Parts: sequence; C-alpha cells; structure tokens
Amino acid sequence: METKPKKTFRCDIAFDECKGCSRCVEACPRSLLKLGDAINMMGFPAAVYAGEGCIGCGACYYSCPEPGAITIVEITED
Amino acid sequence: MSEKIKLGRPAGFFDVFERRPGAIKKNMHYCPGCGHGVLHKLIAEAIADLGITHRVVLAAPVGCAVFAYYYFKCRSIQCAHGRAPAVATGLTRSNPDDVIISYQGDGDLASIGFNHILQAANRGENMTVFFVNNAIYGMTGGQMAPTTLPGQKTQTSPLGRDVLETGYPIRVCEMISQFDAPVYVERCALTSFKNIMAARRAVRKALQNSMDKKGFSLVEFLSGCPVNLKMNAHDMSEFIETKMTKFFPLGVYLDRAAEREPIVRAEMNYDADKIKSLLYPEEIQSELGDYKCSSPVFDKECRVKISGFGGQGVLSLGYILAILGKQRNFNVSWLPSYGPEMRGGTANCSVVFSKSHIGSPEAAENCDMLVCMNQPSVEKFLPILKAGGVLVYDSSTVKLPEGAAKDHYVYGLPASDLANHLGDLRAANTVMLGAIAAVMADNFLDDADKANLDTAMIEAVREMFAKKAKAADINIEAYKTGKEKIEFKSVPKA
Repeated sequence: METKPKKTFRCDIAFDECKGCSRCVEACPRSLLKLGDAINMMGFPAAVYAGEGCIGCGACYYSCPEPGAITIVEITED
Repeated sequence: MSEKIKLGRPAGFFDVFERRPGAIKKNMHYCPGCGHGVLHKLIAEAIADLGITHRVVLAAPVGCAVFAYYYFKCRSIQCAHGRAPAVATGLTRSNPDDVIISYQGDGDLASIGFNHILQAANRGENMTVFFVNNAIYGMTGGQMAPTTLPGQKTQTSPLGRDVLETGYPIRVCEMISQFDAPVYVERCALTSFKNIMAARRAVRKALQNSMDKKGFSLVEFLSGCPVNLKMNAHDMSEFIETKMTKFFPLGVYLDRAAEREPIVRAEMNYDADKIKSLLYPEEIQSELGDYKCSSPVFDKECRVKISGFGGQGVLSLGYILAILGKQRNFNVSWLPSYGPEMRGGTANCSVVFSKSHIGSPEAAENCDMLVCMNQPSVEKFLPILKAGGVLVYDSSTVKLPEGAAKDHYVYGLPASDLANHLGDLRAANTVMLGAIAAVMADNFLDDADKANLDTAMIEAVREMFAKKAKAADINIEAYKTGKEKIEFKSVPKA
C-alpha cells in the first residue's frame, strides 16, 4: 500500500528584514515565534522561530508587513 | 528529502527595491507593524497569481503609501492629494484593457479627495480602489482624520474627538454602496489571520472585476497604525476589532459584478490630424495674409470693454473683435464675464489686442475703449475708461448722464432701433461694430489700415457666422448701417 509522503514545514526569518513588530508572534496559532534578543541592521529585535512544529498555515507570513522577512518552507520526506 | 518555498516574497514585488533611496533595498519604508505592508503583500501576491503585472497601473496617493511605486512590479503613477480616482479615470478611459488600481488612505480618499472618489464611483469607472482606513493621519504624525472615532485622542484632538465640534467618522463603504454604478464594495480588517484571509479574497475579487471590465470596486481595509496610535501589535488588533468595527462594520456591502455586463466604451481615436480637425474647425483664410497694422495706436496694448444686457450679443461682439485682431496678426484675448449678471442683468467681456505679450486678459482698468449697450453698463464701467479713451454707446437704450465722459471721445448711435429697422434686433451688436469701425477710421487708423478695414471686418463677421450664411448677410448689412449712422458727440475737454 502506497503512503503519502510526509510533509513538514519550517518558518525561515530573514534576520535583517524583520522590524520586530511582533505581529507574527501574535498570529502563530502554535506560539512558535517570539522576538529575539539580537538587534538587526535596522535596529530592531528580529523574531525567531522555535525550530520545529510549524504547520505551514501561513498566519505569520500574511500577518507580516515586510515583503520577504518570513518564508514558509515545505519539506517533503522521501 | 526535498524543500520548496510554500510562501515567500511575492512575485508582484521587485526583488530589490532599487527606486528606494538609501541602503535598505529589501524592505519597504513603512513603520513596524504597519497595515500598508500587509496589504501591499496581498496585492503583490494577487497581481502575480492573476498574471496581470503587465496590465496593472497603480495610482498611488499622497500619504504613507506615496512611495508605492518603489515596490510593485507594474506601472505606477503618483497622484496629487486625493486625485488618484481622477487620474485612474483618465488611465482607464484611455487604456480600457489595463487593470487600474487606485490605492488611497483615509486622509487622501475621505477628506481632500472625497468628491473625486464619489464621482468616480458614481460614474462606475472600471477601477479597483483599495482604501486603507487607519482612523488617523499617519504620514503627518497622527492628526485627526475624517475616520477618527468619537472620543479618540489624536494630536489635533488631544481630549478626544468631539462629535459636536468635528462630526462623526465618515463611513465610506456605506456611502459608496448607495450608488447605482459600483459593482463591489467590501470592508475588511487587516488584523487576525482569518480577517487577513478575507481581505486576500476581497483583493482578488476586486481585481477580477477590473480584469473583466465590470466597473467600480472598492475594498476598505481597517488597518493598524501602531506607531501613531502608540500601541503594540496585540492592542492594535484589539482596537480595530473591538472599537473600529463598531463604527465600521466588516462585510460585503455590495456585490453585483455577476449581473453586470462588461463596460464597452467608444473606440479611442489617437490620430493627430483627426483630433486637430475636431478641435479646430476650418477657419476662413484671411485675404490680408500676414498683414500687420501700422497705426501708432497699436504700438501698445489696447483694452476694450463691451457691456450690455445678456442677449444683446455683447459677448459675440467682443468675439468678432477678437477674430478681427487674430486676422490682423495681433495677440488677442477674449474674456467673457459669466457672473450672476448673465441672468437678465449686465453681461460684459474684455478684449485685449497687443503686438507683444498680453499682460492680463481682464480689462479691469485703463480701458482704451468702452462699448455700452445699456444704462447700467455706463454707470459700472465709465470709471475704468481712461482719459482720452473712446466711449461708444447705443443711444436707443442709454442716456448719457449730464456732464459725464468729459475726458473721452464720445460717440453714440441708436443701434437697437437701427437693427430693429433692418428686421433683426439681434444685429444690434454688429451695428455697434460698424460704429467702432467708423470711430477707429476717423481718429486712430493710418491710411494703410483704413484701406482694408472693411475687408477685415466683413471677414471677421463671416467667420463668426461661418455656418449661418443668411445671418452673416444681415450682420454685414448691420455693420454698414452702423458705420454710416454713427453720431459724433464730443471730444475730450483737455
């Protein structure tokens, strides 16, 4: 019996493109994002992703006002 | 294991914002948490997904989104404050296949440009309006906007908006949806994921309407301005969802695109010769060619005021003089006065001749000639006739006051009576024209100018009545009568 390949997701945050508004932090249904301690090129504390658990819903992506600060990556296991 | 980008930088944006000055080329200029960014992303994603980046023209407003043309991979134009719908109207009328987006904020759309949006909506122009409502003037630092909530504190309402003094928030969607022409009106909020997804659908629906030429679509977005409202992301969303939506309920106000036929307008004509022939009908070629008047009186600017009752043809008389000036290669201006006087009172016009530039087209003072066809005109305009100037009046309607016009050349003739006698009272103005010709010939013209005066005058009358040959004949008769019957009254008592 053929099984569907397993899909997982990852939230990549471009450190220097985040303005630290925390909209994504508010939006994430699984609370996987928070503002980090490091200050980026523009002088903002960029958001950081917890590392795992992303369901690829896009809530953070669409809440983010920056064009390329958040990228949702879909990972397909062989 | 393989990876692919599910959601990334939308293809409707430039990869690098080269137009944006400074070192930061990947980000937009908006403050952290700004709703504009969220909406820009939805639009950029939609125009890429719909495959219309080459068809979209974005009319950017004045406000925070003034630099929208830095970002979108489409044609853009930045418009004067509030005038984006007017510019968008021109765009859609001249290029009906384009998808026109008018992107506006609440200060731009609902205040300075409010009439523009209402008229564009009422005409049902084929455009999409994205209206960002953040209840405040963002770009200028947080002043009260037409959409500011009652009691809301801003820079210019530090005690909170007082509805007694400044009224209530203007509800744009509710107003626009009252018109018959628009096809789609919806209000969304750029807050929660759910609301943003509703906004995403609305953006696409509105753009689809424009692509299908269904007409006017407007989507309003309740949007956060966290910096000016001094709120964090959480409070900002809460403010919008609990306070703003009370005055600005979310939802679809109008959706009738499905029942509307696509807009089809008349074919545009860009042929230069055709346009020229429509704008400038054929002119009578003057026999005088490039003849220039040599009389010394024309060495300086000559200012003529013509006044009388509305309906006596004073504007036409001025216009004939203007044609005459044009045929003799003067620079000439003709300025009619359209005042409340037009309704049965005194109408007047100014004609200015000059061999060089004309300073002002309005003969408001120091007139060289005054032509009066009713009594109020004499009282009103005699004071602006300069000493040594010429007064010509219709003695059948005007009685010159005792001792008036001592410093002027004065001529009179019963123009109305003469015209009546000729069989058409409407020709009184060309009787006056004849009188003017006689005055000029008697006092001011040299022999060369006198020799072709009649030719020029008759040509001017024929051009004025180019489409009415019979009227032209009557008026030429009237001109000759006026020239013959003029009565000399007095010269300046110097």
